[in-house]
Amino acid sequence: MSDLDKFRAETRAWLEENCPPEMRKPVKSDEESCWGGRNWVFTSDDQKIWLERMSAKGWTVPTWDEKYGGAGLTRAEEQILKQEMKRIGARSPLSSFGIWMLGPALLKFGSEEQKLEYLPPIARGEIRWCQGYSEPGSGSDLASLQTKAEDKGDHYLVNGQKVWTSYADKADWIFCLVRTDNSGSKHEGISFLLFDMTTPGVEPKPIKLISGKSPFCETFFTDVKVPKENLVGVEGQGWNIAKYLLTHEREMIGDIGLGRSVSEMAVDYMGLEDGKLPDPILRGEIAQAEVDDWAFKMTMMRMLSEAKAGVSLGAKSSMLKYYGTELNKRKFELLINAAGGDGLEWEGERSNDGHLARTWMRTKGNSIEGGTSEVMLNIISKRILELPGG
Amino acid sequence: MKLLLTEDEVMLQDAAAGFFRDKAPVTELRKLRDTEDATGFSRGLWQDMAEMGFSGILIPEEHGGNDMGYRAMGLVAEEMGKNLSASPFLSTAILAATAIRKGGSAEQQAEWLPKIAGGSTIMALALDEGGKHNPAKTATTATPSGNGFRLNGAKAMVVDGHVADKFIVAARTSGAVGDPDGLSLFLVDPKSKGVSTERTIMADSRNAARIVLDDVEVDGDALIGETGKGGEILDLVLNAGRAALSAELLGSGSQAFENTVEYIKERKQFGRIIGEFQALQHRASHLYSEIEVCRSAVLAALSALDMGLPDAGTYVSMAKAKLGNVARLASVEGIQMHGGVGMTDEFDVGLFAKRIRVAQEMFGDTNYHLEQVAQSKKF
Ligand SMILES: Cc1cc2nc3c(=O)[nH]c(=O)nc-3n(C[C@H](O)[C@H](O)[C@H](O)COP(=O)(O)OP(=O)(O)OC[C@H]3O[C@@H](n4cnc5c(N)ncnc54)[C@H](O)[C@@H]3O)c2cc1C
Repeated sequence: MSDLDKFRAETRAWLEENCPPEMRKPVKSDEESCWGGRNWVFTSDDQKIWLERMSAKGWTVPTWDEKYGGAGLTRAEEQILKQEMKRIGARSPLSSFGIWMLGPALLKFGSEEQKLEYLPPIARGEIRWCQGYSEPGSGSDLASLQTKAEDKGDHYLVNGQKVWTSYADKADWIFCLVRTDNSGSKHEGISFLLFDMTTPGVEPKPIKLISGKSPFCETFFTDVKVPKENLVGVEGQGWNIAKYLLTHEREMIGDIGLGRSVSEMAVDYMGLEDGKLPDPILRGEIAQAEVDDWAFKMTMMRMLSEAKAGVSLGAKSSMLKYYGTELNKRKFELLINAAGGDGLEWEGERSNDGHLARTWMRTKGNSIEGGTSEVMLNIISKRILELPGG
Repeated sequence: MKLLLTEDEVMLQDAAAGFFRDKAPVTELRKLRDTEDATGFSRGLWQDMAEMGFSGILIPEEHGGNDMGYRAMGLVAEEMGKNLSASPFLSTAILAATAIRKGGSAEQQAEWLPKIAGGSTIMALALDEGGKHNPAKTATTATPSGNGFRLNGAKAMVVDGHVADKFIVAARTSGAVGDPDGLSLFLVDPKSKGVSTERTIMADSRNAARIVLDDVEVDGDALIGETGKGGEILDLVLNAGRAALSAELLGSGSQAFENTVEYIKERKQFGRIIGEFQALQHRASHLYSEIEVCRSAVLAALSALDMGLPDAGTYVSMAKAKLGNVARLASVEGIQMHGGVGMTDEFDVGLFAKRIRVAQEMFGDTNYHLEQVAQSKKF
């Protein structure tokens, strides 16, 4: 038996033994995912147990080093772990901006002290993070951001406003882009700061979305004191960190999807007539979406193999983000079409409080958050196709 | 499934790329077309391809091939697609070789496979009868006669039909038109009494023919496989052919795209390089993304065939459906982004558009394969 086969066998046995039955059922709503943090209220004992067991193994962040709360797995082992979890339908124990975004950036740009301080609580789901990038005047043109951090000797004094800060009202800490210098070009003078959301002067205000929920906020900073040691990397050179983090965010957003295929769900909604979905045109569109979905999954797999072979993904993360999010929006249009009036119910038990309709609306943000589709196409044009201008 | 090329595969890819760029670039297709070449491809090129081992890529070593398999086949087909290289690779090395290898008797294999691998015999699959691919609609009949069969019917889109040394004819031995079962495959000599062949010049300047079979008598040993079991062999043959066409479409589509990107980096209007205009950048970047996704689809389908996965046919249908759409988009967007010169015969982009459209149609267009996908996934 090869080492990997052995690892698979052990992983399978461990998961069978340790994954509670409740945690093997598909997540029916966003609230059922575990986000952790100081204020997290576990929706069930099983959710708590599952997080504790997985984080004790280092498997919430399998490839991170053990001293940072991970298990030091290779990419191949991580792949096996994912496959084995998928095999029994195990839920992800922890959804976390700390894992998806801040972690990779700290691993690359943080000091050893910062890694030791911030990474293990992320891995254990103790500290929940939010992302303070966008501002009212700086969305796609992120580098034009104006939130100001003044040097006050042992600390920075932060003043300004962020917007679209997902879960700012629930997060414990924020990773935040601020301007420490206004004299150079817009890409210079940006710094990457970490601070506690309970620091005096930090004030998140929820914004209601078209999905009827309020997962994101306007976040105001008034004379917020941030200790100097909370600066990541070099003062004024935060843009590189910001961009690096975005490539991880984009890969993650591109990878979104449904647990089940569109066709299976459409059959549930519409039933079959003579073995076929009753709307022939919709049936054709769904077949096309299934093909695209499969081809996109194969592409994610291919990129993963390339990454394993040492070819860095680079600007291709923009391609994945663009393709994956546009496809996801299309899939939800097809589902809402298949479900018809039933899918448009917004409240009540029958529709699980309009789960489909609300998710359909939420997917519209996929091609905006983390950089819009148009911006992704700009990046492909410039960085991959090397087209002039722009 | 490994979606990364191995070192050997990269070497093969490089060899094929160099070979077709030198020996069969687009200018060669133009020459064949403009001189109204009677064969429609260069026999010298086919001999060279046999020496490179391309003709024996799906043939076992004991019969003179190298059996490198479907992924290797795809790499070669992709390079041919980039160069619009005309050759009997599809008709003979893929379709006929698969039919005889998978369905033929030991005698048939020993007789024909070495000749295919060696490049000395050209064969053509006579299957489709109307404009749209649909094997179940086969109306050509084979009725028992003496110790053999008598064939009657008409075939269309027979690739390399006018130069083939042998046809492989699909004919109905039982069932009604529309019935997927009841088909049988026969080796037919084009010089037999009752066979008439008309070369049809297609939009892509490549070879096809219409064939009429009028009381054509064949011996019992002309049958490939068992009577009525031709459909099963055909599935394997068509999957190989569709996968090769998908790989070819990847080559043609990506080359049409590359030509276009090159052009918009040079052409100036309004005092600017037109590639600076965002309207063109976004269309180009969208195509780039689609082509990347197609590359994975083709590789996955070829791998599924090599691995003999039970649902390999569905993978191939998905790849053919996807590639048909995207390669077509790449070529028509390519013409548009070239502007007026895109409409001229002098520029290659139009030649790509024509070949892509024919390859898209061959053995099932996008809609045909979407239907297969829907059926296999039971919706
Ligand atoms: C659900 C959701 C969650 C989010 N979460 C967070 C978060 O946690 N933290 C955070 O910091 N931000 C977050 N964002 C913000 C997100 O990053 C921004 O919305 C995004 O970058 C776009 O900026 P904008 O909204 O200002 O739109 P704008 O930049 O004003 O864009 C408006 C339109 O113009 C187009 N456009 C802009 N520039 C160009 C150009 N150069 N070329 C072509 N078209 C262009 C855009 O594509 C878009 O269609 C979130 C957004 C959403 C929708």
